[in-house]
Amino acid sequence: MKNFRGIVSAVIAISTGILVLVGYFIEIPIFINLRGILLGWAVILAAAALFVGIINMLMVHSAKVRMKQQGSIYSLVLIISLVITLALGLVLGTEHQIVNLIFTSIQLPVEATLLGLLAISLAYASIRLLRRRMNLLSIIFIVTALIVLLGTVPLPFGEIPSLGDTIRPFFSQVLAAGGARGILIGVALGALVTGLRVLFGADRPYGSK
Amino acid sequence: MNLTTIAGLFLVLVSAGLLVGITYLKRRSTIHVRQIKAFSRLRNAIGRAVEDGTRLHISLGHGGLTAPQGAASLASLVTLRRLADMTSAGDKPPVASSGDGVVAILSQDTLQASYQDATAGGHYDATGGRLTGLTPFSYAAGAIPIMHDEQVSANVLIGNFGVEAGLLVDAGEREDSFTLTASDNLPAQAILYANAQDPLIGEELFAAGAYLNAGPAHTASLVVQDILRWLLIIIILGGSLLKMVGLL
Repeated sequence: MKNFRGIVSAVIAISTGILVLVGYFIEIPIFINLRGILLGWAVILAAAALFVGIINMLMVHSAKVRMKQQGSIYSLVLIISLVITLALGLVLGTEHQIVNLIFTSIQLPVEATLLGLLAISLAYASIRLLRRRMNLLSIIFIVTALIVLLGTVPLPFGEIPSLGDTIRPFFSQVLAAGGARGILIGVALGALVTGLRVLFGADRPYGSK
Repeated sequence: MNLTTIAGLFLVLVSAGLLVGITYLKRRSTIHVRQIKAFSRLRNAIGRAVEDGTRLHISLGHGGLTAPQGAASLASLVTLRRLADMTSAGDKPPVASSGDGVVAILSQDTLQASYQDATAGGHYDATGGRLTGLTPFSYAAGAIPIMHDEQVSANVLIGNFGVEAGLLVDAGEREDSFTLTASDNLPAQAILYANAQDPLIGEELFAAGAYLNAGPAHTASLVVQDILRWLLIIIILGGSLLKMVGLL
């Protein structure tokens, strides 16, 4: 039974993938329409999955509260916040002033704070980098970061000659952009073969082996 | 059909042909891949986790399958399955966190399938695969307590991460646990290079399956990527040369 379920899942996944791919490359109306319908279903399923994910989140945190695990007070705060926000959103609508206020006065400042923490964490990590991995690449990394920073920020004693207008652009627009494109090409090739493996059923990220 | 579409179709067909052909040819022979220290350390960390009775935390990123970052999420799910199989002998099952509803459900499905294969249909705890937040930073904020509170000895951050990956790595290091990181996002890769002990750069994210022995198709993928990479290098150099002599 389990094998049969696995085969059905694989057949659905592979045929759907092939139909969407054919609809992208071959401009025959039936394939284009089919592709649009399948992608529409995918979007609806993704929205439903979001709801399931939120229920899962509630299950995890309510279990933490019930079993009085470490940090269960934070789980309680999360559950109360989630229920209040959900209720307000459902009753007042997502465009209501109060619902917007929750996002602009709670969610955004909290995320901005985390971004600020990240800046400190990164500054510390850069200092530790040479101690942790003392090699040529780490030195190049630190030197490049310093040159780009010094060429970008306003300095109290004025600009360093030719750093901001010649050296920094050369590093960021020639060397870094070239390297970034190389990495992106590698990532794109990796993404392509990963998609093909799923299409051939060699990878089945939907439970079956 | 315009030229870009024809080129895209050609690339897909050539890659598909190469992948099928090389997978078939290499089933009986071994392909030697270069050593990546991060994967050797990951194997050691898995062994330690199984012996200590501690847990593996696999963070799958916040990219969805319907977004362009879907391939990174697919690669992360394959890695999750392989890691779940490798730790099936341990006392504690791995825990997976993600920032997307679809990936969270698929992670549960993957863990359940692995658990049921290992225990011949035993009961699976549905909280093994978790959605920890829906925005990048809330996802990170939700995943950090897993590292602190759930006896995690190794973290594998693999998938689509943004700059918030820096916070996750920092939390892992504070717990003195092994942390392997891989993202398809460029700013995240720069942050992970500075922050993490074992960062994977570029397409190494998609090589995880091959290094964790997920099957011949994964090893063949590496060969296909190498062939395509050389093909692109030749095309880029040829194009530059033709441009220089004024033929393009």
